[in-house]
Amino acid sequence: MSTEKDLDAYQEFIKGIWRDNPVFVQVLGMCPMLAVTNSAVNAVVMGGATLFVLVGSSFLVAAMKHLIPKQVRISLYVIIIATFVTVADYTLLALLPKVHKELGAFIPLIVANCMILGRQEAFASRHSVRYAVMDALGMSGGFLLALLALGGVREILGSGSLFNVDLFGDGFEPWVIMILPPGGFLTLGLILLFFNWFTVRRRAFLQRVAALDAEEG
Amino acid sequence: MSTPVPVQPQREPGSTRLVLAMALAGLLAGIIIIGVYEATLPTIEANRARELREAVFQVLPGVRKMQALRYDGRGLVPNPGKADDDTLYAGYDGAGRFIGYAIPAEGPGFQDTIKLLYGYLPRQRRIVGMAILDSRETPGLGDKIYKDADFVANFDDLAVDPEIVAVKKGTSTAPNQIDAITGATISSKAVVRIINRARSRWEKRLPAPGSGPAPDRME
Repeated sequence: MSTEKDLDAYQEFIKGIWRDNPVFVQVLGMCPMLAVTNSAVNAVVMGGATLFVLVGSSFLVAAMKHLIPKQVRISLYVIIIATFVTVADYTLLALLPKVHKELGAFIPLIVANCMILGRQEAFASRHSVRYAVMDALGMSGGFLLALLALGGVREILGSGSLFNVDLFGDGFEPWVIMILPPGGFLTLGLILLFFNWFTVRRRAFLQRVAALDAEEG
Repeated sequence: MSTPVPVQPQREPGSTRLVLAMALAGLLAGIIIIGVYEATLPTIEANRARELREAVFQVLPGVRKMQALRYDGRGLVPNPGKADDDTLYAGYDGAGRFIGYAIPAEGPGFQDTIKLLYGYLPRQRRIVGMAILDSRETPGLGDKIYKDADFVANFDDLAVDPEIVAVKKGTSTAPNQIDAITGATISSKAVVRIINRARSRWEKRLPAPGSGPAPDRME
């Protein structure tokens, strides 16, 4: 268990958005990532539901960490997560029946998103409520942004619209492949390629700066 | 809140305590889920009822009122309860005159079960509309069974004798033929098969044309 003196709430938040992004860096949650990102609206609703589940579960797990016997902790985490998922499922069914129909089985399957269970075991169960919630907000925020990036690209190319707003008029022939499963793999692969290229370049740049500093010093 | 979390000296808890912790968590989770279910159920059912009403009005042009009916083995009786396999909907115009039936039907599609509703005029023996209620056909291809207005319009005036058949797009000549969707032949044929099966199932059950069911509990 690490001490919390050297933790910074902002850093805990921002690491999930960028440095440790659950999708682009940790490559977790691939199932919903590939399956429901055929439009921006689906991506946002999926990301929102995941955010609700992760923040709620992390809050509860951090608040009750001394009450949870460690021998059965994983089962208890799953119970907590499954409860939040069911709440999200019924709420979406009541408020957004059309989107719920499109997301289908992937709302109940949030239970099986290893990003969520992973954050409980790796972070929320070892830190105070404040940091656990910041960490959960960061991770699910990063997940939502990743879904939106994929969903946006696929909807623009595959349907010629964004958030159901037509972008190109009648002259545009949609690339149907982009809203089919192969389009998900293609887009994700290209985004990961960009992300890795960027990381490698940044590392090389930092090394060069360090080398120049050493020369001058 | 930012004080370091003290490391608790862990004693081995007895299995009774573990079982109790699990049971308590399960109980609380159950209570929360029942609460949410009860709270959202009225909205969910209202949504479903509204969707069904809209679909009935869509497949039976000119209908202003509808009534759920059920086949009880001898004839059609009003069905105020839950819809089942033997339920259909009678549509009436503004003055309460019987127009036709909206008949739910389902069957296997390309990916998963397709649920649909079609409007049928027993006197003219014609199908006058079709709406897909539920389907998981391939986006961009099979989902044209409800997204492609031209395909849906096939069912706006369709003879049912002899059986409906799907033919290659642009080659329909007879009043019982529909144009299949290019690239989604299986989905198109599934819709036709579902309607044909439902039609032969209901053929004997519907009262003789001219003696349509009297309006009873109309909504």
